[in-house]
Amino acid sequence: MSGTFLFDGQPVPFTDGQTILQAARAAGHYIAHLCWHPDFPPHGSCKLCIVKVAGRHVSSCAMPAKEGMEVESNTPEINGERRALLQMLFVEGNHFCPSCEKSGNCQLQALAYDLEMLTPRFNHFFPDRPVDASHPEVLLDFNRCIFCELCVRASRDVDGKNVFALTGRGIHKHLVVNAESGRLADTDFSAADLAANICPVGVILKKRVGFAQPIGARKYDAQPIHVVAMQEDK
Amino acid sequence: MDAAGSDARRPRLRIATTSLAGCFGCHMSLLDIDEHLFELAQLVDFDRSPLTDVKHCGPCDIGLIEGGVCNAENVHVLREFRRHCKILVAVGACAVNGGLPAQRNHFDLGVCLQQVYQCREGLAAPQIPDDPELPLLLDKVRPIHEVVRVDYFVPGCPPSGEALWKFLTDLLAGRTPRLPYHLLHYD
Ligand code: SF4
Ligand code: SF4
Ligand code: FES
Repeated sequence: MSGTFLFDGQPVPFTDGQTILQAARAAGHYIAHLCWHPDFPPHGSCKLCIVKVAGRHVSSCAMPAKEGMEVESNTPEINGERRALLQMLFVEGNHFCPSCEKSGNCQLQALAYDLEMLTPRFNHFFPDRPVDASHPEVLLDFNRCIFCELCVRASRDVDGKNVFALTGRGIHKHLVVNAESGRLADTDFSAADLAANICPVGVILKKRVGFAQPIGARKYDAQPIHVVAMQEDK
Repeated sequence: MDAAGSDARRPRLRIATTSLAGCFGCHMSLLDIDEHLFELAQLVDFDRSPLTDVKHCGPCDIGLIEGGVCNAENVHVLREFRRHCKILVAVGACAVNGGLPAQRNHFDLGVCLQQVYQCREGLAAPQIPDDPELPLLLDKVRPIHEVVRVDYFVPGCPPSGEALWKFLTDLLAGRTPRLPYHLLHYD
């Protein structure tokens, strides 16, 4: 089965089983997201992809498209809510972009640019999250984790290794490594794993390659993420 | 009419600038607007600023603050700026989110001081400075909006001269300041 719904006033076709985000994206409309990835089932945790359907907020990455629904996405109200979510993510972790190897290639930062976030606005938590530099090839800087579970899903579902998990709740939520010592060096993790290459922010970083691209040549330097993502889809 | 939209009838605005816990990189970026400095000098008078060496801030239209809040003196200066400036602007990563100085927030302050002043090899007389003139350090470095109300934010480490000029010309012309994509950076 297939049908059409309205996305910010424009007709978008869908086939049965497609979510709002998938169908909109296939039709060339970018919806902000952090925990969604085209190769994995939706996770629904970051809420960046919220849209309004019949006056109610829904996660577009998880909500199936339905015939005739009217979806609002790119409105000042919803973008303002997305910006507030980003601001919370920034103050709940420790995001010092000038010293981050991912800067310029980071989806969190790129979305913040795209949504014109000028300030983290809230008071910073400055949580204490020591790094794990034990692995010979890969560094873990937990300070920047946004709990999207992409590494967890990639390691479990693709690499077949189950190296990562999330534990705790609320502000105490954190990423853990599945080894008795808790150290990455004591797992069978490898830099070639999908999980080593999927983190949207600067947590899982290959050693000895940082800052390889000069400012100006990085992924989101010239064009905003909503343009880059749609080009990548083509 | 120039970039900032000045005209003869418009009164000259007063600007104050200061650096709290920062590296003066944002002030260097302000100097980086190069020949626009002449235009700026036509539009504004500088009050307290490292450019004038005036020590206290008087009534001003705009206060530009670089750097976060890391000690008691920073708090005093910041409050003085807030009292005297109609518009207060956080300039650069440290003022906006604590920046590099805030990376000490994970560490115990006493241990930091010991590491710097007592544990380094080759120190002749290791001693933690305790002169009463030295401002007391805060336990954590804070961005300025966590201490006073801030009207505008210009991120960047530092923001480029171009970004600062765009911001200032918007503000001086009475427009809502806005940075286009290529000028909005956190690094
Ligand atoms: S992970 Fe992204 S947002 Fe966080 S510090 Fe690095 S570049 Fe900045
Ligand atoms: S480490 Fe990266 S991929 Fe894994 S949960 Fe954190 S942000 Fe997501
Ligand atoms: S992308 Fe939909 S909730 Fe994260």
